[in-house]
Amino acid sequence: MDAELRPDTPLGDRTEIRRTVATSPSVDAAPTSDPVFRAERLSVLYGKYRAVKQCDLEIHRNEITAFIGPSGCGKTTVLRCFNRMNDLIPTARVEGTLTYQGVDLYDPQVSAVEVRRRIGMVFQKPNPFPKSIYDNIAFGPRVNGIKKKTQFDDIVEQSLRGAALWDEVKDRLKTSALGLSGGQQQRLCIARTIAVEPEVILMDEPCSALDPIATARIEDLMQELKNRFTIIIVTHNMQQAARVSDRTAFFSVEINPQSDTRTGILVEYDRTDKIFSNPTDERTENYVTGRFG
Amino acid sequence: MNTNPDFRTPEFSARGRRADSLFRYATIAAGAIVLLVLGAVAFTTTKRAWPALDSMGLDFFTSDRWAPNEKFFGARSFIYGSLVASTIAVVLAIPVSIGIALFTTQVVPARWRRPIVYLVDLLAVVPSVVFGLWGILVFAKHVDGFYGFLHDVLGPIPVVGDLFGEGSGRGYMTAGIILAIMITPIITSLAREVIDTCPPADREGAYALGATRWEMIRGTVLPYSKGGLVGAVMLGLGRAMGETIAVALVIGSTANISANLFASGDALPARIANEWGEAEGTWRAALIGLAVTLFAVTILVNLAATAVVNRSLAKSQGTR
Amino acid sequence: MAAMSIPLIRTSDELTLEDLTAKRTRRSLVSSLMTVLMGLSVVAVTIPLGAVLYTVVSKGASVLSADFVTKDIPIVTRQVGPGMGPAIVGTLLITLVAAFMAVPVGILGAVYLNEYSAGGRFGKLVRFMATVMTGVPSVVMGLFVYITYTLRYKQNAFGGSLALSFLMLPIIIRSTEEMLKLVPSNLREASAAMGSRKSRTILTVVLPAALPGVVSGCLLAVARAAGETAPILFVVGATNTVNANMFNGVNTALSAQIFTNAQQPFVGAQQRAWGAALTLLTLAFAITLVARLITARFALKR
Repeated sequence: MDAELRPDTPLGDRTEIRRTVATSPSVDAAPTSDPVFRAERLSVLYGKYRAVKQCDLEIHRNEITAFIGPSGCGKTTVLRCFNRMNDLIPTARVEGTLTYQGVDLYDPQVSAVEVRRRIGMVFQKPNPFPKSIYDNIAFGPRVNGIKKKTQFDDIVEQSLRGAALWDEVKDRLKTSALGLSGGQQQRLCIARTIAVEPEVILMDEPCSALDPIATARIEDLMQELKNRFTIIIVTHNMQQAARVSDRTAFFSVEINPQSDTRTGILVEYDRTDKIFSNPTDERTENYVTGRFG
Repeated sequence: MNTNPDFRTPEFSARGRRADSLFRYATIAAGAIVLLVLGAVAFTTTKRAWPALDSMGLDFFTSDRWAPNEKFFGARSFIYGSLVASTIAVVLAIPVSIGIALFTTQVVPARWRRPIVYLVDLLAVVPSVVFGLWGILVFAKHVDGFYGFLHDVLGPIPVVGDLFGEGSGRGYMTAGIILAIMITPIITSLAREVIDTCPPADREGAYALGATRWEMIRGTVLPYSKGGLVGAVMLGLGRAMGETIAVALVIGSTANISANLFASGDALPARIANEWGEAEGTWRAALIGLAVTLFAVTILVNLAATAVVNRSLAKSQGTR
Repeated sequence: MAAMSIPLIRTSDELTLEDLTAKRTRRSLVSSLMTVLMGLSVVAVTIPLGAVLYTVVSKGASVLSADFVTKDIPIVTRQVGPGMGPAIVGTLLITLVAAFMAVPVGILGAVYLNEYSAGGRFGKLVRFMATVMTGVPSVVMGLFVYITYTLRYKQNAFGGSLALSFLMLPIIIRSTEEMLKLVPSNLREASAAMGSRKSRTILTVVLPAALPGVVSGCLLAVARAAGETAPILFVVGATNTVNANMFNGVNTALSAQIFTNAQQPFVGAQQRAWGAALTLLTLAFAITLVARLITARFALKR
């Protein structure tokens, strides 16, 4: 499955490329639809430093895909490629191709703003805006051109219900979002994300700042959300990946002895049950059984 | 051999301890000087101004007649002039300062930040009297025509037109513009500091919802730093009101109350600087009275501004 | 879950490059426009800065000469020609003495705030008031010194130094405290662990560590004070000849000379004002440059 071993395929010719990670026959060769994302030899560089090396993977519609791996393996970096969040880091550069429903996300014509409208993101630490709960939800629709008050009321209620937060906050929509608990804030951030009706939600360790009860609520919520959205979640919690995800990508770190730099690599990508019960790669096995990382 | 540690080292001898506490008291005294000076300024100036304040009563603040020969001192036109000139200054400086602060923190790459910061800070190095010199000998002469143009264009508009009457290069507007140049670096540096406290996670949150840069700024950066920005502007206002020499040179030195922004007027500190040389007796007391008024106003503005800025900075450090 | 009423995104089944291309919408236009306006505000401050510097340099350079720096100020203001010697001497004298008074007190005050006050109420009050004091108009400070000093000891250079030192003091306190905050606390602990008294720790470890930043902050305060005018008018007076005695007799300074000469209708006086402005500006810029270099090379960074 190593990218280096793969026969060289002309880049950009998408039809020629089949799943290069499909080393295991247990993975569905033909998913129900075209993959939502397809990454081919995707690398991320910060200046000259290569943070993530040549990953190939496909993300499927209405599934939850988990990225796991030790810290520093670049799983968050890869996630941030999917909605061009890495554009905000001046030195970051992406090599290889990453397509979204067949469109190259890094095509010079593509606007990061348009991409992020369709591909939402939930962050590690809850980051509600210093505004009211209502205005937090309304922010996205407002910048996307909604003007009518009744529409806002509707969206706010629908989104909060969607994020299983409505009953807790319906009486104080006009109070500051910063007054909510950490778990509520994170669900508010999810509600804020689904308010713009994205197709994909990226979650970057969404539960790492939360207690177990709040975590369980978010995990339940994810199962509901996957009927409407495609979800990618980065987590350092293997149990969480095993509980919630349909597919799991295991990233690891490769240390370059010459320059003493660390580069993230995608080791294995497969159905979650396969990754956790019968992984192909020894490194995955060591990681999921707790012998490493 | 004595194995117990010997605590009677020279460092902790009686003399050493005395030196230690002496140093401590010296630092406390140095800190106390700040309070002493502020208190003494308030007390001595008020006492010296009392003959004038006492004889004039409330007329000192409410009358606009300033007639030293008749020992009649009404400061209203100077208070008015100070307010008008510093309001013009703040109105002009706000968009520019916040624009620069946003540009350096949100737009340009990090390596461009420092050069821009240095450039703006250079303005703060130019002494106010040099701005005044440039204002009276160069700016005031060249801006005359422009004021005339504005008067021709805006003058006929009802109500608003009153603001743009006939005038000269020496007046409220020129003073306001020069003050705006002078307070821009102050507001900019504070605004930059306040805006910098906005957590990157908040900005990313807005971007992740598909916001453009300006929507991100309006949605997260500005609401987050609102309090601090208000404080920064108030500090700028305080500076503008206290600024003496540049205003004394360009405001026109006329006791006048007029809605016309191009008219000549006078400001509290400018009147003091211009009349001090010839004044004596009650006249001087009255000029010190102007200083007391100025002191009171600037202290109040500064107290409020400092409190607002501190609270805003503390809030951002406390919550996350 | 019911589908939302507003299909914001799902416009068609097939996503095309077109869908992800930047739209020339009002939103993106507004954002670009605001970005341009922010950039223009940098240009907006560059224009007056450039104009002032250009005028001062071009008009001042033609006046500057060895005579201008050394000769006395002409008694007849109408007279064309040098010099500004007494004002240069006065500015240097008054500012230096002010710095010698304000710097030690300011540093001690900052040491109190950062090393001793420990978040106490008195410390908070002093810090707050120091910030407020930076906003006290120089004209008020000048009159304060006039009342408390000049009325008794007459106009002289030392009165000016007093006024300037009061204006510098809060700036020095605040900037020094910021620098002391940057000294890592493990330095203090290491010194204390070796058995140093607190005062010794501060004097031999903390202050030396912060020294470049402290010096830089003090220099910036001095550069600002050197250009102060109003106090000079009230408490120093004016003279046309050099007076090296701090305590006896009136003196003068560049700033005050610029102020009075700027109001004269005579070409000679105005020329001397430009020359004095260039001299003062050079002095202020030189001090600031040194301060910036020290900060860039040696000071502790955040």
